[in-house]
Parts: sequence; C-alpha cells; structure tokens
Amino acid sequence: MATLRPRSRLAPWLAPRIALLPMALVALAGYVGAAGWTLWISLTGSRTFPSGAFIGLAQYQRLFDNERWMLSLHNLAVYGVLFVLACVLIGSLLAVCIDQDVRGEGALRTVFLYPYAMSFVATGLVWQWLLTPGDGIDGAVRALGFTQFRMDWIVSQDKAIVAVVLATVWQASGLVMALVLAGLRGIDGEIWKAARLDGIPAWRVYLQIVAPMLWPTFATVLLLLATAVAKLYDAVVAMTQGGPGIASEVPAKFIMDHLFLRSNVGLASAGAVVLLLPVLALLAPYAYARSRRGAA
Amino acid sequence: MYGIRKVAPVLVLAAWALVAARLDASVTPARPAAAIGAPQAEVIHWWTSGGESAAVKQVAQAYRQAGGAWIDSAIAGGDQSRAVTVNRIIGGNPPTAAQFNTSKQFLDIIEEDMLNPVDELARREDWDRVLPQPIVDAIKVGGHYYAVPMNIHMQTWIWYSKDAFARAGIAREPQTMDELFADLDKLKAAGIIPLAHGGQAWQETILFSMVLANMGGRDLYLRVIRDRDQQAIRSPEFRKVLLAYKRLSSYVDPAAPGRNWNDATALVIGARAGMQIMGDWAKGEFTAAGQKPGREFGCLPGLGAASPYLIQGDVFVFPRTDKPATLRAQKLIAEVVDRPALQLAFNQLKGSIPVRTDADPRAFDACAQKGMAILRDRARPVGVAEVYLTPDQNGALQDVLTAYWNTAMPVERAQNSIASALRY
Repeated sequence: MATLRPRSRLAPWLAPRIALLPMALVALAGYVGAAGWTLWISLTGSRTFPSGAFIGLAQYQRLFDNERWMLSLHNLAVYGVLFVLACVLIGSLLAVCIDQDVRGEGALRTVFLYPYAMSFVATGLVWQWLLTPGDGIDGAVRALGFTQFRMDWIVSQDKAIVAVVLATVWQASGLVMALVLAGLRGIDGEIWKAARLDGIPAWRVYLQIVAPMLWPTFATVLLLLATAVAKLYDAVVAMTQGGPGIASEVPAKFIMDHLFLRSNVGLASAGAVVLLLPVLALLAPYAYARSRRGAA
Repeated sequence: MYGIRKVAPVLVLAAWALVAARLDASVTPARPAAAIGAPQAEVIHWWTSGGESAAVKQVAQAYRQAGGAWIDSAIAGGDQSRAVTVNRIIGGNPPTAAQFNTSKQFLDIIEEDMLNPVDELARREDWDRVLPQPIVDAIKVGGHYYAVPMNIHMQTWIWYSKDAFARAGIAREPQTMDELFADLDKLKAAGIIPLAHGGQAWQETILFSMVLANMGGRDLYLRVIRDRDQQAIRSPEFRKVLLAYKRLSSYVDPAAPGRNWNDATALVIGARAGMQIMGDWAKGEFTAAGQKPGREFGCLPGLGAASPYLIQGDVFVFPRTDKPATLRAQKLIAEVVDRPALQLAFNQLKGSIPVRTDADPRAFDACAQKGMAILRDRARPVGVAEVYLTPDQNGALQDVLTAYWNTAMPVERAQNSIASALRY
C-alpha cells in the first residue's frame, strides 16, 4: 500500500497527459507541420518537385493575376452564402417539423440523414444526370406536358454553380437537421409550458426563445458547413468538371489540378494558403468565444 | 464528408498527404528471371486503345527479336501513366523506359538529373539532320538528347465531308481564313452544321491553335506560343486572331458543349456536319466507318501552301540508373525504336507518321503522305503549345481560351488574360 501512494498521487495529473501525447504529436506534425511546410513551399519556385528556391511572394502575385483563380474565389463566395443559408434554413425547418412528435420520426430522421452517408462522387453523378437538359428533371417535366419548361442550370454560365449548391444542400441539410434536433431535445420542457400559459404562438417561441438558446449548436453547424465550403471539390468534379468553360471552377480544384496535372506545386501551395485564411478567420472568433466561456 | 470536428487545414493536409504518398509509392513489380544476357526492360506507356496497343506490340516484338525481354506496364490515361512514372523515379524504383509526350512534361525530371541521355544514338543516326526542328527543341536540353521520339501527330487537320461540301455548293478547298468563313456560311445556308465541335477545353485550344497558325502565320504563332512575347500578345494582329477564333463559335451546333471528339467526327462522317478541325487520330474514325480519303472525305493540313504544320508526338525517356544490365536494356530499346522499319510498322497502326523524315511514305494513306511531304519542308513544322509551354502555362492558356469561347468575354479582356497566363 505504502509503495502505491506516491504513484496514485501522480497518476491523476500525469496519466491523461501521457494518453493525449500521441494525438497531440500527430496533430502538431500532421496539421501544423503540414500547414507550415505548405506555407514554405508557397514561397519557393517549386514545379514538379518541391524545391528550396526562395522567390518571395511571386506565386501569390501570379495567383491573383489568374483569371480562373479569381473566378474560383468568386464562385466560392457565391456558393458559400447560398449553401450555408439554404442548409441552415432547410435543416432547421426539418428539425422543427420532426420535433412536433410526428409519427415515424425514426424513419424520417434516417431518410433525411441518408444522403449524408453516401459518397458524393456517386450521388453527384446522379445529380448530373437529373440536371442534364433534355433528360432528367428537364425531360420529365416536359413529358408531363409543360413544354415551355427549361432546367438548364448545369450547362449555363451563371447558374452552373447554383446547380452544385442544389445538389450539396440536398446532401448536407440532413446533418444540420440532426444537430438542431438534438439541440431542440435538450431544451427544458418547462419553457414550453410557460410559453403555452402565456399564449405565445409556437413560431415565436422557436424564433425568439429557443433559437437564441441553441447558439452553440448553430455555431457548430456553421463551422461544419464553412469547412465544407472551403474544401468543395468532389461535387464539382462529379457534376460539371468546372465547366461549362471555367464557369463552376472552385479553389480546391485549382489546387488539385496544379498539384498533379499541371506540375506546379508552388502555385498550388499558394492557393492552399489563401484558402486557409478564411477558415482561420472563421475559426478565431469561435475559439475566442469558447476560451472566454471556459474562463468564466 | 463534412464530419470533421476540428477545423484544420483539411485540404492542405489532404493534398500533402498525397504528395507524401507519391514519395514512397514504389511498387515493386514481380520480375521473372530473365535468360542470362537478355537485357530486360520494363516499359511504362499509355497506349491502351485498340490501334495503340497493336502498335506497341510491334515495338515489343522488335525488341524481343533483338534479343531483349520486354515487360509491358500499360497504364490507361496519360496523366495517370506519367504520375506513376514520376512517382517511381522519385521512389528510387524507376522503370527501364517510360512514355511521355514530345513536350515539356519531362523537363523538370531532366533538370533534377534523373534521366539518362541518348547522345550516342543521336549522333550515330544524325538526329540533328533527320528529325524536325520542333521535335529536336523538345528533346534536346543543354546540348544533350534525353528522349527517343516515336511518332508525330499533327493536331490541326481540317477534315471535311465531300457530300456536305457538294450539297452546300463548295467547289474547292478553302485557301485562306476568309474563304473558310465563306464556306462555313454556305454550309449554314444549306442547313448543315458548319463546324463539328466537341465543347471541351482541349478541343477549343485546337481550334485556337489552328486559327493562330493559319491566320497569324508562323511568326506570330512562335512569338506568342514559344517566346511568350507580351508585345505580340497585345498586338492588333493577335486581336484579329482572337476575334476569328471566337467567330468560329457561331458555326457550332447548340449540343456541342461537353461532346467527345469522336462524336463530333461522327457528324462529319454522316455528312450532318461540314467539317471538323482535329488531330490525325480522327482519321481512324473515318477508316473504321469504311470511308476513304479523297472519296468520302477530304483532309486539309492547313490553309494555303505554306501554312504552319502543328506537330506533337510520343517519346520514350530512360530514367537514370548505373546498373549495367539496365543500361544495356535502355540502349537496346532506343536503338530498336529508332529503326525506320519499326517506325513504319508502329505508325501505320497508330495513325501517326514516322518521326524520321527519311522514312518511306509509300506505305501510308493519302493524308499521311501529305503530312510526310510537309514534314520534309523545314520551314513548315512548328510545335503545338505543349511543346513550348510548361504544363501550368499551357493549362492557364487553355483556361482563358475556353472561358473566352463560352462566355461573352470582351476580346480586350481575353487578350489581357492570355498575357497574364503566359507572363510567368
């Protein structure tokens, strides 16, 4: 017994730290280290092979002089706003609907969450068929007799990116629903009783009382959706290959193309660093808020 | 897909994980024990379609007859095949020989000193004299030859349907850009699709190269594509070329976006379209449909008697090694591939023409014979964009060209964007 005492005093302090060490090292080397190396490569003249030839910010200058990169950033902004708004709106509405004690809740939840479980490389191809003018939705509606109907977003210069939004919202809103529903279930039932006594309509309770209480849930949702926006790649490759022309190009595709097909690791790294900045900008306030809450 | 809890540079990480994977991607193929003395060669290439694989079999056979043991590593898709080659070179387990295009695709590997030169063969066979200049420019770096060329493809043939031309009342082949546009108008008036086109970026680049070479001429072509001369890109002559290129888009049918090149060729074969501007690989489609040059279809290498002839092709490179057995195998492949008889056999099956200007043209069809005659005129062959531009410059140019073709982008902006694309 006596020999065990010092160890047991040490253990509560040391054991969790030792257990976390491998993960911390992986995170440090894998995430921070890789990001740091990418930053360094972006300052070099690397082409097919990474090289140490320092050229300052020339890659960035070239990047922002590139028509396709600028359009990619623009597309990312359009996509980001539409995608996040639509996902939050549709996901929350679905959650509220299921929250009304509907019959077959389990089945509905599964149905809504199902798209999220499938690879977008496969479902993106199905969406491409659905959206192809002449076939899919376009053809089906016209076969019903609406001969004036046109659904040609996927081949249109302005709307190709909206077609990508449509397909990815279908995929991701189920996840938002699941998270918001979990949040709703955590709301104290007393609040609903009190609101009912006061005769407040349900939509006002949701909007003005429940929604503000759910802010941590929405913060998580926004963070997940924002990362999804930044790394948008598979949906574009599966649906439009960046076309028509370069109308639906996105930064991640620019980076991958330059990394592997166009043999310019330096320019690709510069793009990756630029893409990291908005993610960090979103992450910083969130991390700050969390640390404040932890201190309080 | 979105389920990552911690926001980390996900993309950066993924990308670099892939790069790291490249570094140690060294696949060791099972090597059968070769007969003593038979130089064993593992060759990576992407000749996998019907005609192509028949052609490469000729090479393998010739190599075996010369006493070697050929191990075939065919990988579908040029991008994929080249990536595997580069991975294995970096991983320290290179193949004996590997295919690349006659281009700057392997320039970085040369600069890293990872290829063996083939100077001895080049000197003995007098490549400086028998090879067309654009091919020499691509494979000779710093005074050393680093690749053995196999064949030449010409990218901007005009293939036309004799039937469609007759119905539109076109009596003779166009000799200038103006005549070409007049013929396109006649085809349109006759209710025929004037220009068969597949709306993919690389096919639009072919149209642009054709207009630049035939309308701008050899000098402007080389100043823009080879020298990347900013002044030439901003010149009024180049603007005219861009406008003519854009004008071609008004002769294309609405179903063109995304179409494959062979589907566009099928339109010309069926005389539903008047003409297509495409590389000599399109000839295989006509032949497969039972059509003959001069009878059902015509092939026009350019507008006018002195039009530049835009060429590219395939080469073998030999990754650096010190092993005497591998060196012997590399030397033997290079020698076999360069033999005029093999060049004939290979190219007849592949649809291209021999790279050596001293090959016998009589074995080829009328279109290939035209091409071989032009090749002997040293003033006419020039390289395609890939011969002069690095893959990223070429890609940036292609991005601008396809955007300009597909949108209402003003010509001034296209000119500026091309200047930017080729500045770096």
